[in-house]
Amino acid sequence: MTTTADATDFVAQLKSFEGKEAGGPERGADPVNQPMIRHWVEAIGDDNPVYVDADAAANSVHGQIVPPPVMLQAWVMRGVRPRPTDGGNPRDELMNLLDSAGFTSVVATNCEQEYHRYLHLGDHLSTSTIIEAVSDEKATGLGVGHFVTTRVEYRTEDGELVGTMRFRILKFKPGTGRGATQDGDGSKPRPKRPRPALTQDNAFWFAGAKEHRLLIQRCTQCQELRHPPRPVCAKCRSYEWDAVEAGGRGTVYSYVVNHYPQVPAFDYPLPIGLIELDEGTRLVANLVGVDAADVRVGMPVEVEWIEHDPDLTLPAFHPVRSERPRAGQPDEGWPGPQRAEQ
Amino acid sequence: MTATTSLRYDDVDVGDQLPELAIPLTRTLIVSTAIASRDYQDVHHDPGLAQERGSPDIFMNILSTNGFVGRFITDWAGPDAVLKRVNIRLGAPNYPGDTMTMTGKIAKKDDGVVEVEVRGANKLGDHVTGTVTLELP
Repeated sequence: MTTTADATDFVAQLKSFEGKEAGGPERGADPVNQPMIRHWVEAIGDDNPVYVDADAAANSVHGQIVPPPVMLQAWVMRGVRPRPTDGGNPRDELMNLLDSAGFTSVVATNCEQEYHRYLHLGDHLSTSTIIEAVSDEKATGLGVGHFVTTRVEYRTEDGELVGTMRFRILKFKPGTGRGATQDGDGSKPRPKRPRPALTQDNAFWFAGAKEHRLLIQRCTQCQELRHPPRPVCAKCRSYEWDAVEAGGRGTVYSYVVNHYPQVPAFDYPLPIGLIELDEGTRLVANLVGVDAADVRVGMPVEVEWIEHDPDLTLPAFHPVRSERPRAGQPDEGWPGPQRAEQ
Repeated sequence: MTATTSLRYDDVDVGDQLPELAIPLTRTLIVSTAIASRDYQDVHHDPGLAQERGSPDIFMNILSTNGFVGRFITDWAGPDAVLKRVNIRLGAPNYPGDTMTMTGKIAKKDDGVVEVEVRGANKLGDHVTGTVTLELP
């Protein structure tokens, strides 16, 4: 059991690495050279002539051959021989400290490069690396972890700063992510969705959902449709009702994208729609098969059924596509919960 | 294909879309770009070891992602574009057999400097999102 004092102590220990040099400087094996540029542009399929054609380069703003600026990091990569892990430097100490606390997995999350000038053939680069920031404990999609940000400076032999790179990794505890599923990393199964509060008024609706039938309550006296289910008709006050099956199409009347608070059974960002069915009633349901940023009011949607677990099937709505999958059959190919890289 | 003549600053406007670029993620592409960037981590070329480490297959390394972001920009802007800054956020891995489709649009434009929002998506979601800052003549 970790006490609050222990946790505070651990974070303080992590923070003590901020501002430290990660390790000794690293020097590129070779100066910037044409063969490495050629390998790179061929593999990337980049046919910008200024990288390989001396005449074209001379006639460009660059005036001479330049490597792709995004190749910056490659000039100081160690190659097939791994960096010696003899420890004794702050980078290894910080990684060991995180490993020993269970944050054993790593994934790169951000990379920001600035180019102070384009490199030229013959520039020989070295790096110095500072541990810029270590975050508090964060709950992320991959798992609970700490972000570690390093800042790398690239200099030529005469000390000219030609580029900087800020690189962020997440060191996380495997199996603690919201996206963790049974087939994810083999640890905990994904928690179930919260159960609906069933009453004698709404039970028919969830029973219909289990059969992939989208039901709408109907007043048998005045024929008015209503949703969500309730005992009395708001129009004629009758207690008599039955239900009709909806066609399954409608439009997004309104929506929200939920980021926080996050519940382990859901994936975030979570787009939630207020769907106006063609029959006229509205219901709240998840929006699927669409990027949260692309949801629009008025977007035509249709139902699909998601069997969350043996006891719970719920409708969700996806944008109407030209090749229409049959309502009632979850479409193949929707991205599932994403899994950890390593 | 890199444009032979470069775009000029006056040619572009905020909101302009870049031509889409689809990158078929062959196994050869993922391995050759990793090696060309001198990145020999096994998860980028050895499927067996990648699986032992919990990944379904090998996946593209970050240096190559930067490489494709750079290519996407100069394919559109031409040889006289000068990149100042590339800031990317990484998401769904690029596995062999998938396709990464790159899209972009101009988000800002000021005093010779243009900021482009880029996105590279595969079937799992966004592999990369970010911004590229460049100077146009």
